[in-house]
Amino acid sequence: MSIVGIVVFVPLAALVLSLNGITPASFASTAFSAGALAAYRLSFGCAILASAIDVAAGLAIAATIVRYPSGGMRVLDALVDVPFALPPAVTGITLATLYGPHGWIGSWLIAHGFAIAYTPAGIVLALAFVGMPFVVRTVQPVIAALPREFGHAAASLGATRFTVLRRITLPLIAPALLTGFALALARTLGEYGSVIFIAGNMPGKTEVIPLIIVSRLEQYDFAGAAAIALVSLLVSFAMLLAINALQRRLLDARSAA
Amino acid sequence: MNAAAGPRLAGGLAVAGVAVLLGFFVFVPLCSIAFEALRAGWPAAAATFADPYARDAIGLTLLAASVTIVVNGAFGVLAGWTLTKYTFPGKSLLLAAIDLPLTISPVVAGLALLLCFGERAPLGGWFAAHGLKIAFAPPGIILATIFVTFPYVARETVALMGESGTELEEAALGLGATVWQTFCRVTFPRARWAILNGLLLCNARALGEFGAVSVISGSIRGLTDTVSLHIDILYNEDNLVGAFTLAGALALTAIALTLVRDAIDPHRQPG
Repeated sequence: MSIVGIVVFVPLAALVLSLNGITPASFASTAFSAGALAAYRLSFGCAILASAIDVAAGLAIAATIVRYPSGGMRVLDALVDVPFALPPAVTGITLATLYGPHGWIGSWLIAHGFAIAYTPAGIVLALAFVGMPFVVRTVQPVIAALPREFGHAAASLGATRFTVLRRITLPLIAPALLTGFALALARTLGEYGSVIFIAGNMPGKTEVIPLIIVSRLEQYDFAGAAAIALVSLLVSFAMLLAINALQRRLLDARSAA
Repeated sequence: MNAAAGPRLAGGLAVAGVAVLLGFFVFVPLCSIAFEALRAGWPAAAATFADPYARDAIGLTLLAASVTIVVNGAFGVLAGWTLTKYTFPGKSLLLAAIDLPLTISPVVAGLALLLCFGERAPLGGWFAAHGLKIAFAPPGIILATIFVTFPYVARETVALMGESGTELEEAALGLGATVWQTFCRVTFPRARWAILNGLLLCNARALGEFGAVSVISGSIRGLTDTVSLHIDILYNEDNLVGAFTLAGALALTAIALTLVRDAIDPHRQPG
């Protein structure tokens, strides 16, 4: 199992060690510079928003696929996997062209006063695209396995459909929704290829974390790149750990009930 | 009649809504790839593949993907076997470590590898002194691809071998089979679909890897340029036909691999 050590831990150790010999002050001035802070805000904000959109859209898609199976639905089911299958660079140039000023959708939107490409909205769109399958594929089996009896029992006791949804269905699928959110977030936080083309990469405005790392590298500022990478890694690990803890509490609450 | 028409109407609306959502956000982009690639006709699109740089990029991508599936396939089977059939201290840490590349940004992964195997780093310097250049060379690209797709086979095998328990292996060992025989005759046959499934996913990801590879490769045309990187180059040169032709070919391959994978997915088979 030393293979795991070599492949996973050695490079990460190199990342930390490369910061050796940098003073805390210069670390802070790079990792928390105005440009870096703007990139953190943009990346985390867009990833959280996109994952939240994915939870809503993914829940609707998964529920519909499970509840209304048909031949046509199998085509839709297969379409769900497309964003996951598409290589990042392909997603990136496709969305940038489609939503760009000369694209089918982008030109129409611009004529109606909306710009998506080269704005944070474009980043959210690309991230939501990439994260969607994670939510659907996590929630889908849970919805399929939902026990119908509880809902029927509640309905026979006079509960409205909305009450059944709120008091029975949502609590049962909440852990899966949270897992889907965490998976989408983990993927979208570090997303590079599918975002850079549509983002436009204006420093301070649409420059996401991976891009600011790359631009540091292009200036041969390895320590600066490593400092920003480390901060973003730590924040994303902390967020994912917090989601895991929340999930454990949800599951505990359910088994206690 | 109204009692039945209500839910049926709601169902119809839900299906229509999902069809519009997926159609607009997934199917239209997919169609636009083909449209952009063929905008100037088939010959212009086909000319993309005649370019020697594009051919080199395809060659390097195929090389990196093949090495990756061999390495990660072997590792995935080994990891599934040791992590589910044995207990040892630090096991949960290893399980978490395997998934790590999935939560790390590809760019950060590429950066970590660059800091590790760049010529100024101790490890990279040692390799360079012994005649093996890793960063900004094909070995670095292969290494980055391996790192990023590291978890895929292992996740599948760990999940499946974990579900199937250890009773059969214990029975085989109790009847006098060697560990190797037990693996070949009992564990492997039951895990083969999971392994294949993981390999397909690993291959699809390996073919399209962009962020990690772009950091460590330096995108030197004809030398360290992969298909994804070449798409980036062509797109930035405003050669949209070329970029979308390569993108279409890459997308078709990846989607085909995914569809095959869906068809054999052991987790999604009923029962």
